[in-house]
Amino acid sequence: MRDDFIVRVGARIVTPFIVTFALYVHFHGDFGPGGGFQAGVILAAAFALLALVYGLEAVQRVLPPWFARACAALGVLIFAGVGVVTMLLGHNYLGYNALAHDPKHGQHYGILLVEFGVLVTVFGVMTMVFYLFAGRAGRDE
Amino acid sequence: MSDHLPVLQVLAPLLAAPVCALLRSARAAGALAVLASWATLAVALALLGEVRAVGVVSYAIGDWVPPIGIEYRVDMVNAWVLVIVGTIASVVSPYMIASVSSEVERRRIPLFYAAYLLCLTGLLGIAVTGDVFNVFVFLEISSLSAYALIAMGTGRRALTAAFRYLVMGSVGATFIVIGIGLLYVMTGSLNMADLAVLLPEVWDSRTVKVAYGFLGVGCCLKLALFPLHLWLPNAYAFAPSAVTAFLASTATKVAVYMLLRFFLTIFGAPFSFGTMALDRVLLPLALVAIASMSMVAVLQVDVKRLLAYSSVAQIGYVVLGLSLASVTGLTATLLHLFNHALMKGALFMAMGCVVYRIGSAHIDAMAGLGRRMPWTMAAFLVGGLSLVGVPLTVGFVSKWYLILGAIERGWWPVAVVVLLASLLALVYVWRVVETAYMRPYEGDGRAVEAPPGLLLPTWVLAAASIYFGVFAKSTVATAEQAARVLMSGVGS
Repeated sequence: MRDDFIVRVGARIVTPFIVTFALYVHFHGDFGPGGGFQAGVILAAAFALLALVYGLEAVQRVLPPWFARACAALGVLIFAGVGVVTMLLGHNYLGYNALAHDPKHGQHYGILLVEFGVLVTVFGVMTMVFYLFAGRAGRDE
Repeated sequence: MSDHLPVLQVLAPLLAAPVCALLRSARAAGALAVLASWATLAVALALLGEVRAVGVVSYAIGDWVPPIGIEYRVDMVNAWVLVIVGTIASVVSPYMIASVSSEVERRRIPLFYAAYLLCLTGLLGIAVTGDVFNVFVFLEISSLSAYALIAMGTGRRALTAAFRYLVMGSVGATFIVIGIGLLYVMTGSLNMADLAVLLPEVWDSRTVKVAYGFLGVGCCLKLALFPLHLWLPNAYAFAPSAVTAFLASTATKVAVYMLLRFFLTIFGAPFSFGTMALDRVLLPLALVAIASMSMVAVLQVDVKRLLAYSSVAQIGYVVLGLSLASVTGLTATLLHLFNHALMKGALFMAMGCVVYRIGSAHIDAMAGLGRRMPWTMAAFLVGGLSLVGVPLTVGFVSKWYLILGAIERGWWPVAVVVLLASLLALVYVWRVVETAYMRPYEGDGRAVEAPPGLLLPTWVLAAASIYFGVFAKSTVATAEQAARVLMSGVGS
């Protein structure tokens, strides 16, 4: 599809909106449907679209497989790390109340941080799965 | 930090796993995996001590008070299971370092350790949590990483074995989540202690009985009770040696724990043994498992498969203890979880040493190894004798309580089956021992004694299976206490 002008320009226009929508789904997750998992999938879909239009190599220059793999691990660390921080602040594991001056804000920040960890991991894993199927290119190194 | 023990139990391997995945050095990842495994054992022992001292330890995740939030709840039963998993993890993980470097591609080794730590996280999580949906989540964590670990075995057959396990395991997990869903529909609660209080009101409803069936079949798939064991032999035979040793000593044990928790703590012994006649369902299955799988094991030529079939038979013993529906029977069940983990761990690790040197687990390839690899084969012999149930080994202690329980109920034929099956175990262990010690060595000199990195962990388990056979007092006392907690329902 590299020669198809409409698709190329269309993909370029749509991509920033997809990324923004992913962030919207993430930050809106505690008021309505959505959350880290869905946001991660949408974010990965943006890169999948670019790979379909511009080719796998072009996208992997921007988002190398090792980075996707690191994301998959980092997200888990963010999630578990939030719990460790609340423990160090004297609350139970994942006791978000520790994160702010009052429980309302604490819960708000806590769930957003934890969901951000989910977003990063889901984004990393989805991208890795896509790379593997698209080009058997998960074999980084 | 001692208030946080229940969550630290899961947290140590959970934090180490992503770090391993980020590391590029196989050596650093291995060291981290060993450290995390040792940390889990330390936490498990501390928890057992605390449960002994103060009774049930409860921990509210996220400060949400149970039954609304997720509760981690440790009593004698899961403290015992946590110690089993922690012990095996801390012995097998140093063994992994040498074993894995010869069986897994070098660049995949950090990911291998990450998968191992996730599997450990899942198994510990199932054991530590007091929330049934949390059980399902941890079950998926441990199962998915176990499929990945098995698929990393050498040869293509590891892939088909892992896929087969994936299909069967997913069916089991789905059954379990259906059962949990039905319980939630009937009670509106997911907390185990809360469910145990709410369920008696709705015992008569068909939904609860269906949930019971789904949970039972799901757990039995995961613990490989005959005839739901078909995934197990190939998965154990083709996985990397260290993975086989780890999974054979922990995964099925934790699945048994899950079954005990659902049937005895949540539904309660009166419902299980009264209304549902659980003992009469499990008894024939356990007896057929013991007899038929021991016979199948006799016919195997691949020693790893032989040990795998013997594992299915041993699970029969474990379930037989449950079907005796008494404290003595359950003591035998809980005791055998630990004892079988020790001896099967030692046996599979000895086989790992053999595979490391001669690259095959075929029985004919083992001819003459008794002289070429004396320490390895001596460890195999100790594990084998324990499997048979020779006095002064752990196998004898668990069989003693099993037979005691059978006689208590007046079921003489059951005791006879257990004794006859022990003779079959003697036959299949003897076949290997005879080949290794009586036949001359025919190989090309590759078979020299295994390196100390492999031998030492193997002998730790082999020695433990003698030590706890001679000094069985502490293990028996703990298992008996745990059995009383299970029989009395929501334990104190």
